[in-house]
Amino acid sequence: MKIFVNERTTIVKEGTTAFDVRNSFKKDADIVVLNGFIISDDIALKENDKLTLIKRGEVPTKEELESLMIARHTPGVHEKINKAFVGIVGLGGLGSNIAVSLARLGIGKLLLVDFDVVEPSNLNRQQYFVKHIGMLKTDAMKEIISEINPFVKVDTKNVFIDENNITDILANVDIVVEAFDNPKSKATLINTLLQKMPQKYIVGASGMAGYFSNNTIVTKKVRNNFYLIGDGISEAKPGCGLMAPRVSIAAGHQANTVLRIIMEEKDV
Amino acid sequence: MLINGKEMNFDENITIEKLLEKLNLNRDKVVVEVNFKIVPKEKYAEHILNHEDKIEIISFVGGG
Repeated sequence: MKIFVNERTTIVKEGTTAFDVRNSFKKDADIVVLNGFIISDDIALKENDKLTLIKRGEVPTKEELESLMIARHTPGVHEKINKAFVGIVGLGGLGSNIAVSLARLGIGKLLLVDFDVVEPSNLNRQQYFVKHIGMLKTDAMKEIISEINPFVKVDTKNVFIDENNITDILANVDIVVEAFDNPKSKATLINTLLQKMPQKYIVGASGMAGYFSNNTIVTKKVRNNFYLIGDGISEAKPGCGLMAPRVSIAAGHQANTVLRIIMEEKDV
Repeated sequence: MLINGKEMNFDENITIEKLLEKLNLNRDKVVVEVNFKIVPKEKYAEHILNHEDKIEIISFVGGG
């Protein structure tokens, strides 16, 4: 029967087990991944199973790295996310977390849009490092993604988004993630997209400041193609700042909503 | 009229702009949908609502 070992097609006898294959292909492998899941007990293989053999601590070549990373994605998911093109508008607390999450997921292509540079005040919740201070957020995020998953294609645009450039900039993406800080920019982007590009999927956010309950942050499907995440009321203001945990909760909702749209799970 | 699923009473001939004022909402921080259609901002001052309309107002707060 046919199976895949480290992404290569391999023919083995019926009844062959995962550990039989490890013993003949890579005896020193200490991690055995079967169909995206690390196994510790031996199991008989079936036709088309995907087996990945990893030696802990061994630095793989770039080609090996790609197949080893693909192995960790749930089968059926990778094929779809690998074809998706997602635009993230705003690379602050929401956008930087969403970009990292989608990169780890193995998204095909990202368009990162922001006009700003990394500042010390961003480090309380955004995915940048001290060494990025002063750097354009688009460049800093592109660098971070290349260190996490070098197989994600990344386009960047250093522009301030307004109603005149939205349709040009976002023309080719499948899904738009609204990750602005400023409420007027949120409204402008979403109003413009809903009117001029009604077929575009939009995943926005509103209300995630403070340390209020986790459980008031929800995902709502506002219209067919428009999802809105947050508690809807917790505004960032003096005495109620933005902090990593709750901003990350909202960013997690947004990233998972993007994944669900790609996987054609359109309900919330 | 039905606003965000809640029944509310307003004067006849109220415009979207006046409704937003009464609800204390900033016109630049909202998306307004009347009978499932998005209303462009430049129409807020002239768009008169009537009592059978189903109105959804999505209002954004800062932070991200």
